[in-house]
Amino acid sequence: MNKAMGETILESQPDLLIDIDRREQGDLDTEEMLVNMGPQHPSTHGVLRIVLRTDGEMIQEAIPHIGYLHRCAEKIGENLQPYQFIPYTDRMDYLAGMNNNQAYAVAVEKLAGMEVPPRGQAIRVIMAELNRIASHLVSLGCYGMDMGAFTPFLYCFREREMILDLFEAACGARLTYSYLTIGGVFQDLPEGWVEQCREFLDYFEPKIDDYNNLLSFNHIFIKRTGRIGTISPEDVVRWGLTGPLIRASGIRWDLRKVTPYDGYEQYDFEIPIGEPAGSDGFPAAGIEVGDSWNRYFVRVLEMEQSVRIIRQALDRLPEGDFRAKKVTNVKLPDDEVYVEIENPRGQLGFYVRGDGSAIPYRVKSRGPSFCNLSITTHVCRNCLLADIPAIIGSIDVVMGEVDR
Amino acid sequence: MSQFSVPWKPRSEVRYGFLSRVIIAIAAAIYAIFKPVVSRFPGLVAWAVLILSCLLVWAHAVIFDYVDETILRAAADQDITRPVIQFGSPSTWGYAPSTIEPLLAGAGMGSGFASLCKYALWPLQFIIVRDLIILAALFALFGLVPAYAIWWERKVAGRIQSRTGPMRVGGWHGWAQSLADGLKLVLKEDLVPDEADKPLFRVAPYLALIPAALAFVALPFGVGWVFRELDVALVFILAMLGIEVVGVIVGGWASNNKWSVYGAMREACQMVAYEIPMGMALLVPIVCAGTLSLREIGEMQSGGWFSWLAFSNPFAFIAFVSYVIASLASVKRAPFDLPESESELVAGFHTEYSGYRWGIFFLAEYAAMFVVGALASVLFLGGWNSPLPSSWAASWGDGWIARIAEGILFGGPLWFIAKAFGFVYLQMWLRWTLPRIRIDQVLYACVQVLLPLTMLLLIGTALWVWALESSGFAVFSSIVSVILGLIGLVFAFGFLGIAGYGFYNQRRLVGRLNTDLLSGS
Repeated sequence: MNKAMGETILESQPDLLIDIDRREQGDLDTEEMLVNMGPQHPSTHGVLRIVLRTDGEMIQEAIPHIGYLHRCAEKIGENLQPYQFIPYTDRMDYLAGMNNNQAYAVAVEKLAGMEVPPRGQAIRVIMAELNRIASHLVSLGCYGMDMGAFTPFLYCFREREMILDLFEAACGARLTYSYLTIGGVFQDLPEGWVEQCREFLDYFEPKIDDYNNLLSFNHIFIKRTGRIGTISPEDVVRWGLTGPLIRASGIRWDLRKVTPYDGYEQYDFEIPIGEPAGSDGFPAAGIEVGDSWNRYFVRVLEMEQSVRIIRQALDRLPEGDFRAKKVTNVKLPDDEVYVEIENPRGQLGFYVRGDGSAIPYRVKSRGPSFCNLSITTHVCRNCLLADIPAIIGSIDVVMGEVDR
Repeated sequence: MSQFSVPWKPRSEVRYGFLSRVIIAIAAAIYAIFKPVVSRFPGLVAWAVLILSCLLVWAHAVIFDYVDETILRAAADQDITRPVIQFGSPSTWGYAPSTIEPLLAGAGMGSGFASLCKYALWPLQFIIVRDLIILAALFALFGLVPAYAIWWERKVAGRIQSRTGPMRVGGWHGWAQSLADGLKLVLKEDLVPDEADKPLFRVAPYLALIPAALAFVALPFGVGWVFRELDVALVFILAMLGIEVVGVIVGGWASNNKWSVYGAMREACQMVAYEIPMGMALLVPIVCAGTLSLREIGEMQSGGWFSWLAFSNPFAFIAFVSYVIASLASVKRAPFDLPESESELVAGFHTEYSGYRWGIFFLAEYAAMFVVGALASVLFLGGWNSPLPSSWAASWGDGWIARIAEGILFGGPLWFIAKAFGFVYLQMWLRWTLPRIRIDQVLYACVQVLLPLTMLLLIGTALWVWALESSGFAVFSSIVSVILGLIGLVFAFGFLGIAGYGFYNQRRLVGRLNTDLLSGS
């Protein structure tokens, strides 16, 4: 390395300069360590690789490296008809397959000018919200496990199994559903499904209190996550973060309210946001708006709202068709459309460009995990090694969707 | 040569040697013999094993006493001298069998029996032989405690997490799971990373295991039930627990893995931070008792529940709680399991360990859990004494039944082991309930909270003991200890009540638990 180059690096990285200053002052000389966290690591939730520059336990810099799960999903979308591409969207965010199906379906329907029958829309809402609960349960459980609490993880998965049972009853799949498809849903709900779903909701709602007592309001848990990795509202907007992250930072923004789709405007629900310590239903101390704890807790509150939405949808489930008449070989007009919907992890956007044929000319997706992950380096600075799982876990990335 | 070219040197194929096959055959045979019995009468077998092992140890004591009585003392009475054999220096092989025979006959043993027993009893006159026999029993216990604790932990974790835990191996509730796991670990390939510091890497697990085993040597399981009665048994055990950390640090360092180094450094931090409050908290009952000998401390607490040292004064009561917290950190159990925190450090100091070396680390950890539990029970909760005052036993006479009742109801090794396992259970319970604390919070909790607190407790206890010399304060002190004992009783019964409520309502509390499909349920 020549001198000029070294100087440029030093100018761009003021931390290094501080180290040199300390050395000149005769302070204790510490050596930096470069550690690979992942792609095989228990708390990086898949194949995320974070390169850590550490000084002892202190993190100087954390740089996420991605691309271990790239499967050319968008390119495949440009070679298949929309209804054929639906199964590939399942594999993006594999914890929220229904929501991914919905995003692409809504985009294509808007482009092709298709009408979804009311029953189809209601079933879509039910499924999307059930999947939101399932996805948040995984997020909650894994976050607890990242913090060293094993038991909530199994409680969450116990409840998630019941949701998966419901999905299996509806569409036969437990993970990659391809159930919400172009023009509505793939098939009607089986007999007795609505009652089973109500039974689940009655069982599930009191369990949320269990999670709160066991994990959310646990003193150690608040100590570990409160005021860790705080993201200011300005930063949230600047980095384009969405979903629970933007709401945890105190911005009341939810696409289900802002730009309703699939009839969300008919339902009565609230947008939970992160609140400072001492607010009603929040711990008295140790947290602040936009910290990891609030990002976690917004998900808990969202589950309650999802239960509310599902109850309303079950009550007013209309009769009639569940899917539009013509869904295959639909000619996509020579036009473009960009639609974003509210995924459990944030705003999942699909850009679809038609060229007059049944196969889209261009498919591009905007993944919430991908955008949310971009803040990692900004937040994980001058924190402890043990805070890295706390921050990454609260961002809640799914690598299948980051890499696509 | 394989068809793929790999950048590393291919290992030679692993083949099981003769010894491994013998081990497998023996294990299979034991399994085949015991499975039908254990799976049919599990509770009966468990009790039988417990009572049998107690009887075995007790039989040793009886035989040793008999040898003392009939051979050594009788020989001394009759002025029979040991024959001296001249090697480099004069030494003795003890009394010859021919000398022993008339002594046995003189004690009333039949002549034919005596001629047989003279060879059998000859070795028992040497201390080293007796020690080896006791050591064998002690190390059998040392092996069984972790094996049982690991199985139990998995069952406890299962219950807490609305699962069943191991259910298959052995039949009844997977009782043989630990044995099967141990067998698997022993048979696995002994992997040492190429870049590791190999000698240190190999020796580190033993550095952790041997101190944990040595701590058992000084543990008093009852009056006279101790391998070596040390005047400074407490200091010895604490030293052994401290040395165990060295194995962890060496193992983490020698692995040449950054995560392992993190784990090792955290362990070093934690040990330095928590040994002091732990020692301070243990000094509180020492000040109350006025001795470092665990036997004397145990004997002081034979007056039932209210005489236990945890209830002797308020400072000791708080010291007991501080000790429980500090001991969790010293055996690296949750919420202080930072050295092996798997969500941060992959597996911490044993990231690179596998097979039986990993198993040895595991063994050492569970043995250390038992040891800190045993220390808590002997220093705070009456050791081998039961909650009933042992003076009640005196009124029962001196018959056999009274003696057995005294040994079971009013104290003895069973109580000691039960109390130690009570603490092990507490550690498990906390582990499966609480999240993990961060390293800076661990150090804060130690240096800013526990250390000053235990120091104050020590001063307070010293003042309390000093004030006891005046008779008025002694009355006040006994009233206080009764109140503290009642608080302890409330805690104990509260726990039992909650546990019982949970046990009888488990189906409702944990939700659906489909055990019909599981074998052995």
